[in-house]
Amino acid sequence: MTLSENEKTTPVTSMRDIKDQTSLLSVQDLRVWFELRKFGFAHIGNVHAVDGVSFELGFGESIAIVGESGCGKSSLMKTILGLNKPTGGRIWFDKMDLSTLKAKELKEYRSKVGFVQQDPYGALPPFLSVKGILEEPLIVHGVKSKEERLHRTTKALEEVKMTPVNEFLGKFPHMLSGGQQQRVVIARAMIMNPKLLVADEPVSMLDASVRVEVLKLLRNLQEQHNLAVIYVTHDLSTVRYFSERIFVMYAGQVVEKGKVDRLVNNPLHPYTEALLEATSDPDAENAKVMKKIPSGEPPSLIRPPSGCRFHPRCPKIIMGKCNIEEPPELNPAEGQYVSCWLYE
Amino acid sequence: MKEEKLLDVQKLRLYFRTTKGNVQAVDDVDFQLETNQAIVIVGESGCGKSSMAKAILRLLPKNVSEYSGKVFLSGREIMGLNDEDFRKLVRWVKISMVPQAAMNALNPVLRVGDQVAEPLMVHFGTDRKDVLNQTQTLFQRVGVPVDFINRYAFELSGGMRQRVALAMSLSTSPDVIILDEPTSALDVLTQSNIFNLLKEIKRDTNTSFILITHDIATSSELADRVAVMYAGQIVELSDADVFFKEPHHPYSVKLMSSVPKLRGNEEPDFIIGRPPSLINPPKGCRFADRCPKRFARCSEEPPTIKFGNNLVKCWLYV
Repeated sequence: MTLSENEKTTPVTSMRDIKDQTSLLSVQDLRVWFELRKFGFAHIGNVHAVDGVSFELGFGESIAIVGESGCGKSSLMKTILGLNKPTGGRIWFDKMDLSTLKAKELKEYRSKVGFVQQDPYGALPPFLSVKGILEEPLIVHGVKSKEERLHRTTKALEEVKMTPVNEFLGKFPHMLSGGQQQRVVIARAMIMNPKLLVADEPVSMLDASVRVEVLKLLRNLQEQHNLAVIYVTHDLSTVRYFSERIFVMYAGQVVEKGKVDRLVNNPLHPYTEALLEATSDPDAENAKVMKKIPSGEPPSLIRPPSGCRFHPRCPKIIMGKCNIEEPPELNPAEGQYVSCWLYE
Repeated sequence: MKEEKLLDVQKLRLYFRTTKGNVQAVDDVDFQLETNQAIVIVGESGCGKSSMAKAILRLLPKNVSEYSGKVFLSGREIMGLNDEDFRKLVRWVKISMVPQAAMNALNPVLRVGDQVAEPLMVHFGTDRKDVLNQTQTLFQRVGVPVDFINRYAFELSGGMRQRVALAMSLSTSPDVIILDEPTSALDVLTQSNIFNLLKEIKRDTNTSFILITHDIATSSELADRVAVMYAGQIVELSDADVFFKEPHHPYSVKLMSSVPKLRGNEEPDFIIGRPPSLINPPKGCRFADRCPKRFARCSEEPPTIKFGNNLVKCWLYV
């Protein structure tokens, strides 16, 4: 054991210097806290939604962020999209520091980042036709010529395989099926030719038979446009077909990250193990056995547990250590990082 | 000798009237359920699974145009009962239900304890003191801390609300519980915890379950029998051991291969096209248009073929 392993946080500045040229997105020790107030002014604490998350995302790379609701994955995603202001830490996108951007630059930045929402019906304005929905970002970003807008709208619809295009341009969201609505959402996210796509549970609201179709569509787009994708989900079984790396989040922190195959076949963190155990494959044997799932629920993020945040639910807890000291990020196997005292 | 089934549904039919014509939501559905058995009804959205559950419980909207068939509960025909008898003798007494999105099905202005107690007071006329005791037992049974009795629904997490809804359905110790997408809005760990709980209830009591879901992977957690619904009809009804290993109907095969699997290396597939409109469903097999194994006879209504304990509605097996 070396000294450096005992240090809580890794020195982030050096990491930035090395990775700056190669990565599209670099998140460094990001903290997103939401202030809680009593009667509207008295400070009574913070919700630590994201607490010290760092990662690098290369051009054309796709990663998955997995975790339960309330683990901070949406806050992380919204901060990357520039919708939340980080409390601490930095986000670098293509050599720009997000926190220093002015309104105009921020608008420019948003054209480079596409967002695919979870609920397609809620994400599409009901009073706009498909054409209107897809034109909106173009108008906002100053594409003045009508022909060009129509051309790009048509192209975007073709890319998401909504053909014949003319049949769909005039339709309103309620006239489309769930799968088609989600395609329109993807087309809208893609219309400004972004470099990064953030997809928040893009298939969880869809039927099983369409789910795979939409996932394959996203993967094709990613390959064709060399798109970087952040895929946020709680469903581990879809991750494998889509991403190269998985980040497992728990209570605002990344507890394990690594290559998909390694993580699925050889999970290290007890929480990752639990997630994998909970994910079932169709098999009649399932009905005969009970699953070994830690009971309880994720902790409050207002006063997160001391030490490892998973320790109150952890079946492998080391008393006197896990409940007192926060585990460092360890690297017990090539390409797999875990924050857990078991691997010290 | 023909043994008596707990629940025997025969030619159940539920059509809705709309401005465009009659929607054939449930069309001649037959299935049986034995004591302490769990049947899973799987299918895409809009295939009529929830309508079928509502038809069994007679929770119908106003625009019903046809509602027919026979339902035998422990040998007694219940479709013929009048509404008041049905309410007194069947609904929630013998068959209860955990509704879809049970998380939001709780009344926001009543304490959850009162809601769990309500069926007991309405149906059995239990007095307040006993009700409190029984509610406490129920809360313990489903793993909700007893002091939550005086809380409101918004004070509970999604998993806890789901457990409360389950406690409500258990309160009258019914023979059958219909679970309509019980876990689809929940996180994976909570989902597994709820299924563990359902397995426990199934093991410890004599309750039967009808589980309605579109999630085939999790449905295997509880299933003894599997019924696949497509466009208002049951196209396959098999034992779970058979179904999850080797589904027969081409639709079931496709549906199974569209499930992304965590373990194993097969690429998942998807089904091209959309289910037919239920207003004017195609004559013959309703899956024919999307079926990779379609042949000439498919334009006629397929018969239901029985082999062993399994039923398939497909010309391929004639």
